[in-house]
Amino acid sequence: MAKPGTPLFLERDGYRRRRMMDAIRLLVILGAGLWMIPLLWPTQGVADGQAVPTSKALLYVFGVWWALIAISAYLARRLGRIPAQTDDTGAL
Amino acid sequence: MASLNALIAVCLAYVFLLFCVAFLAERAGMKGQMGWLLRSPLVYTLSLSIYCTGWTFYGAVGYAARSGLEYVTIYLGPSLVIVGWWWVLRRLVRIGRSHKVTSIADLISSRYGKSNALAIVVTIMAVIGVTPYIALQLQSVTSSLAIFAAADDGTFSQSTDASAAGFWIAVGLALFTVLFGTRNLNVNERHHGVVIAVAVEAVVKLIALMAVGAFVVWGIAGGVSDTLERIDASALGTWQIDGSRWAGLTFLSAAAFLCLPRMFQVMVVENDDERHLQIASWAFPLYLMLMSLFVVPIAVIGLDLLPAGSNPDFFVLSLPLSQGREGLATLSFLGGFSSATSMVIVATLALSTMVSNHVVMPIFLYLRQGGATQSGDVRNVVLLSRRLSILGIIGLGYVYYQASGGSSALAAIGLISFAGVAQFLPAMLGGIFWRGATRVGALVGLGVGFSLWVFTMLLPSFGPGVVLSVDTFQNGFLGIGWLRPQALFGIPGIDPTVHAVFWSLLLNAASFACVSLVTFPHPLERLQGAQFVNVFQHSAQTRGWQVSVAESEDLMIMTQRILGAREAQLLFQREATMQGRRGYLPEPTPDFLQRLERELAGSVGAATAHAMIGQIVGGTSVSVQDLLAVADESAQMLEYSSQLEAKSRELSQTAAQLRQANDKLTRLSHQKDAFLSQISHELRTPMTSIRAFSEIMRDTEGLEDREKAKYANIIHVEAIRLTRLLDDLLDLSVLENGQVTLNVQSGELSDLLDRAVATAQASESREIEVQREALRENVQLHTDLDRLGQVFINLITNAQKYCRAEKPVLRIEVSQLGKAVAVDFIDNGFGVPHASRDVMFEKFSRVGAEDGKGAGLGLAICREIMTRLGGDVTYLDGTGGTGFRVLLPQSQALAAQ
Repeated sequence: MAKPGTPLFLERDGYRRRRMMDAIRLLVILGAGLWMIPLLWPTQGVADGQAVPTSKALLYVFGVWWALIAISAYLARRLGRIPAQTDDTGAL
Repeated sequence: MASLNALIAVCLAYVFLLFCVAFLAERAGMKGQMGWLLRSPLVYTLSLSIYCTGWTFYGAVGYAARSGLEYVTIYLGPSLVIVGWWWVLRRLVRIGRSHKVTSIADLISSRYGKSNALAIVVTIMAVIGVTPYIALQLQSVTSSLAIFAAADDGTFSQSTDASAAGFWIAVGLALFTVLFGTRNLNVNERHHGVVIAVAVEAVVKLIALMAVGAFVVWGIAGGVSDTLERIDASALGTWQIDGSRWAGLTFLSAAAFLCLPRMFQVMVVENDDERHLQIASWAFPLYLMLMSLFVVPIAVIGLDLLPAGSNPDFFVLSLPLSQGREGLATLSFLGGFSSATSMVIVATLALSTMVSNHVVMPIFLYLRQGGATQSGDVRNVVLLSRRLSILGIIGLGYVYYQASGGSSALAAIGLISFAGVAQFLPAMLGGIFWRGATRVGALVGLGVGFSLWVFTMLLPSFGPGVVLSVDTFQNGFLGIGWLRPQALFGIPGIDPTVHAVFWSLLLNAASFACVSLVTFPHPLERLQGAQFVNVFQHSAQTRGWQVSVAESEDLMIMTQRILGAREAQLLFQREATMQGRRGYLPEPTPDFLQRLERELAGSVGAATAHAMIGQIVGGTSVSVQDLLAVADESAQMLEYSSQLEAKSRELSQTAAQLRQANDKLTRLSHQKDAFLSQISHELRTPMTSIRAFSEIMRDTEGLEDREKAKYANIIHVEAIRLTRLLDDLLDLSVLENGQVTLNVQSGELSDLLDRAVATAQASESREIEVQREALRENVQLHTDLDRLGQVFINLITNAQKYCRAEKPVLRIEVSQLGKAVAVDFIDNGFGVPHASRDVMFEKFSRVGAEDGKGAGLGLAICREIMTRLGGDVTYLDGTGGTGFRVLLPQSQALAAQ
């Protein structure tokens, strides 16, 4: 909810920061989506050669993990120091 | 072989080190030193690692050995939660800081109107949910000791020595927690000692697990690719995970991460700065990832190398031991020890705060009605109750450990505990995102979820025939088929854990939402709800306390007993200074009471603080009347401001009118001055003539008769002029004073006009052509015809005098305006200048100032007459000349039939 007096449009820096916040919000959805992909892998009634080997699964799960950590660290850095008093939109 | 005694010695040295670190950190914190370390995001992130308990340290490998990659879900959930910190954690931390929340029970109780019933329910549920978990930690430590002992010489007896070890560990943990956890009362003064010790232990367990992992991968398996090959070749070689468990456990661990009392303690209560979350958002997932990185390799190699039947839960220990790496095994033992102890310390701290704030203190206050201000130190009572709670909880854990006999697999207890605390999730998230959530809804939701958890998860975990009979398992509770504990509603075939989590949380959330929808929250609940949900919009505080009743001195005494004398005096003095008063006692304003309540809440919890202030202030803080008063006040202010607006509008209108009036008055004053000079001139001219000619007649000898007659005639004419002037003035004065008597007659308008035109033309020398329409003038009048005629004559004479046209023409038009009759006198002159129009009907007003003939009384007399007759005379705009309209009301103008 916008407070009265909050500008409708922001200057370039403020705009960028808002999009960083959006990215942080979206990242978790991306992570959840990627980690739920194993649900689609075959489990029962598959021929021996068809099943996903644990090593691949391991690499996939940990790969996603690394990616999330890296993106999260990048976003946290890009966001910079958030002011101590911010509202939900990040506005002062 | 490492002797057990050496291990115990190392262990004791480690414990001693931890005590020292905690002690130093506590001292540094008190002196305000080392803030860069104590308040750093690194320490915050490391303290979050109490999520990884002994269960994680040892149990994850066992879990992986049994079910492959499924163990990783326990870490995926928390990683997602903290990566998505912007959604929930940031809000929780902000609320925790602005409301000085002391525990998750405090958060929920505070949100739902500082309800103590809710706090008690949450506390009891947390104790039931977490105690087995504490027992689990004790078990993991004693079992790991047993592994060492078995490898040593086998003199370690599982039953007696293990329980003795368990006992001493429990004592040590209790001692540590009491020493560093109850040093200060205010939760918002952080427990630096505990946090630092936990951070150190976090580092130790990470290093230990990674060291074992590295040894397994590079020391035994011979590299990463070899390890991956061995994994694929093992029994865990293919992906065989039930999808519902994968998703369900990820969700469960995410929920538990938010709801576990110990996580809430380090994440929200001990949080020093909201921005630490920003660092933790990537650093903590990194920690979790590293903790789980080597779990599968250790499990696979362990299954490979160790004899069949060894407990996979302790591969982390037994694998290095079997390879003769005692140093590594010792490190690994310390890692497990760290995991277990740090969890027990923080969990006990969190639970004891809840128990003492929400169970012991309310009972204490209840037993001593009105007691907070009387003798006795509440501060000591709170500390004592917290210490006793710590002992009680650890004792309970120990008893549970003894009773359960340390048999069941570690992971099972962990998941049961997770599912138990996850029942807080709907009430918590609903409370911080949904203003409509009510206390009753939260109570019902928690009740439903908790009973389902007990029925479908906790009781069945003891096995068929222990608590629930075999019959119940097969045919349902009391023989009702759809109440089977592992197949509710007659839907079998779901994994038991997923089954319990799904149904308990679903029905919990559903009943919470439904009951919230149909119940109505009381005022304090609504206030708190608005503040929690809109915490980012306004960090303003609930207004609540009535002012007049509270006594500053009583408050001071009570506060001293809770915060300690020095802190209380500082607080009160600060407040007094803020209010601009000297001395220690501030005025008990609602604002001050608000802040005081928050301060106290930091020590004893929101509900208790509320109750204690309530004892002094008297009764409930917020009644509907108070709220109405607040609402009234704001409504009044709104109205007042709109009144002000209206008034200011009115004022500006009045000011404009006044300015106009002032202009008019100024002009009138000028006119009066002009008139006075005019009237003196008018009076003096005839008087001068009269005097001069009478002097001539008196003093001059031998005047001819003709001359005498001429002079006498001049004197006569001037006297008549004087008389007429005086008559006019008299006439006007009579009219204005309302002393005139009307002589009402009947007659034709046309006759009246005939006479008026004739009289005017006779008296004035200038010729004017008069145009009339005889037909329209056929109107019967019933009024004072003489006076009306006077008006007509005046208007016609004016036209004659002032019309500047070369060939003056006067039109007299009669028209019917509704029920009135209008008689317009319009000439072909230049009209009256705009500026003069509003004053020309005033006395002494003369439009053509250069013309010295009239005294400016004619139009004033006309208006006065018409007012008396009930009509009006006005200037007529837009006629192309000078126009006047005489308006006769219907009663006096009877149209000729």
